[in-house]
Amino acid sequence: MYFDAIAKVISERTGRDVADIKPENTFTELGIDSLDTVDLLMSLEDEIGVEIELDQKVETVADLDKFIQSKVQG
Amino acid sequence: MLKGKTAIITGGSRGIGAAVTYKLASLGANVAVIYAGNNVAAENVCNQCKDDFGVEARAYVCNVSDFDAVKKTVSEIKKDFGSAQILINNAGITKDGLVVMMKEDDFDKVIDTNLKGSFNMIRHCIPLFLRSSEGCIVNISSVSGLMGNVGQSNYSASKAGLIGLTKSVAKEYASKGIRCNAVAPGFIKSDMTESHAENPLLSMIPLGKMGEVQDVAEAVAYLVGAKYVTGEVLRVDGGIAM
Repeated sequence: MYFDAIAKVISERTGRDVADIKPENTFTELGIDSLDTVDLLMSLEDEIGVEIELDQKVETVADLDKFIQSKVQG
Repeated sequence: MLKGKTAIITGGSRGIGAAVTYKLASLGANVAVIYAGNNVAAENVCNQCKDDFGVEARAYVCNVSDFDAVKKTVSEIKKDFGSAQILINNAGITKDGLVVMMKEDDFDKVIDTNLKGSFNMIRHCIPLFLRSSEGCIVNISSVSGLMGNVGQSNYSASKAGLIGLTKSVAKEYASKGIRCNAVAPGFIKSDMTESHAENPLLSMIPLGKMGEVQDVAEAVAYLVGAKYVTGEVLRVDGGIAM
C-alpha cells in the first residue's frame, strides 16, 4: 500500500531507479543500514503525512510496507 | 551561543539541574525543565530564566523512569517548542545503604530513575535530534560511578551504567551529528550531598574543597559547545578520581 512511497524515498536516498526496487529487497541489499532505516522512515513520514515510530527491526521493503500499514491502521 | 536552540533538562528545578538550566539560558537557549514534584521550584527557575535572559522556559512534571510518561512529555515539548537539540539527563536520586542491608526496592528505584530514566529520555529525544540533524546529550554521571563508594552500590552502579550508555549512544549516533558526553561530578554542595558534608573523603580531594553547582554547569556548557567531543566523561571533582 505504501510501496510506491517507500520506493520513491529509497530512490532519492540511494540513486537507484524506482523500477529496480522490489518488495523482496532487503535494506542491506539496497545499501541502507539499520540507522539509515530510521532516517528513511522520517522521510516517509513527510511523504505520507503520518508520524510513525519504528520500534522494531525491518528487513525488507515489504516488511516496512506492512509495518507502516499496521501502524497507520493501528 | 545557543540562541534558537531548545534544551531539555531533567531534574532541572533544584541543585545541579537548576544551575545547568540557568547557565544554558544565559547562553540563549530556550529551556524545558522536567521536574518530579517540586512545582514551585521548577516555576521559579523558569521565571528566573525568562526574566534574566528573555528566553522561553516551561516546566513539565514527569517521572523519568516511566517510559510512556517520558514519551508524552517529549511530545508536549515538541509541540510547545517546535523541536529540541540539547538534552541534559540530570534527574537522580540516592537511597544509600550497605549492600548487606539494602532493600531490593531501594536498588531498583535508584537504577530506574538514574539509569533507565536517562535511557527513556534519550530514546524519545533521538527522533527529534535525527530530524534536526543535530543533537547534544550530556548525562550527569558521578565519580561514584568511576570509583565506587561505600553505601552507594545502587547509585554507583547507576552512574557507571550511565557512562556505558553515554559511550554507546555516542558511537551509535555520531554519524548523524548527535554527540553524547557525560559529566562526573565529585562532591558538590547541593541538597543531595548535604549528608556528606562531614565525609572523611573530603580530606582526599586534591583541591581541598567541595565543588559548587556552577562548576558542574560550566562543564555541561563546555560539552554542549564542544563540537568535536563525543563519548567523553569529564570529571568535575577537584581531582579526587585522578
